[in-house]
Amino acid sequence: MIPGESPVTDAAPPPEDRQRGRIDPKLLELLVCPLTKARLDYDADRQELVSRSARLAYPIRDGIPIMLPDEARPID
Amino acid sequence: MTETTAPRLFDRALLRRRRTRARAAPRPGADFLLARVIDDLGDRLAPVLRRFATAVDLGLAAGPAADLVRALDKAERVLVAAIDPGHPGGDLIADEEALPFAPESLDLVLSMLSLQFVDDLPGTLVQIRRALRPDGLFLASLFGGATLFELRDALMSAEIEITGGAGPRVAPFLGVRDLGGLLHRAGFALPVTDVDRVVVRYGSLLDLFADLRAMGATNPLHDRARRPTPRALFLRAAEIYAERHADPDGRLRATFEIVSASGWAPHEGQQKPLKPGSATARLADVLKSPGYADDSTRGE
Repeated sequence: MIPGESPVTDAAPPPEDRQRGRIDPKLLELLVCPLTKARLDYDADRQELVSRSARLAYPIRDGIPIMLPDEARPID
Repeated sequence: MTETTAPRLFDRALLRRRRTRARAAPRPGADFLLARVIDDLGDRLAPVLRRFATAVDLGLAAGPAADLVRALDKAERVLVAAIDPGHPGGDLIADEEALPFAPESLDLVLSMLSLQFVDDLPGTLVQIRRALRPDGLFLASLFGGATLFELRDALMSAEIEITGGAGPRVAPFLGVRDLGGLLHRAGFALPVTDVDRVVVRYGSLLDLFADLRAMGATNPLHDRARRPTPRALFLRAAEIYAERHADPDGRLRATFEIVSASGWAPHEGQQKPLKPGSATARLADVLKSPGYADDSTRGE
């Protein structure tokens, strides 16, 4: 388990969060794991999108999700 | 899993790095092909009367098409999915070979001058079609078959002369008919393809290379030669190019073939062919009708 992980649909932050480097919740609704097409868990603390099925955590940098498998962090 | 065992043609990580590097050293005017494609996209979007809910502009040249969709007010929400982190205006970073979009989540997908560098184009097209909601639209332009045939010829001939063999230096491109077939196989309804040939005249091979570099489009092949190319090869290639592919005034001709394609995610309301046997008139009767009876009336 990833500490602080929460489902994608939880507690939509206000739009100005994008300026502070937080991801747009409406964008999150569109995204799945590029490899498995399975749902992602949003880890707000680590700013990662976690694909349990691919065992990868995709980084979110300055509010921009980097959905590239070779930039993702392998997880157990 | 969408992992493929198909042979790797393109080095996607290299493409991303080239793209980032190209942006650091912009060359004014080198985006003339993209400008042309965007212009054409405007003509293709204008007759579409719908306003789409969610549009995505995908690929290494993402951005301008998204701006156009916003300017034409053709979508409620427009996202830029760039291939390399650091792309200005990018809403997310994605590789076209492994798209991160949920099924039936998009209404309009645009791809400008990017899909020629995808290894598994059928796979990418299927992923795009699945990401589209029913009656969603896909519009793409990509480099096709005859692109840079002069350069391919000059480099290959020079390399054979000098080293006795030739490695791949210009990517293979798809023909327009192949693309129509792929769209159909990927499950798109009403696929339409078209081709536009642009011949650009360059003062020297170096000018052409500078434009290609500015497009982030220098040799992206996985099996490219990893050693630096000997200077002699380029000099000989330039000679061959000038001998075979120059205009009388000495300027070098470079062909770019731009293939454009559109397809819709299938939906009940779309036009489709009738089922066999459902005809209400016999073909023979139609052929006997006055308009067909006399050859002299045809084509009127």
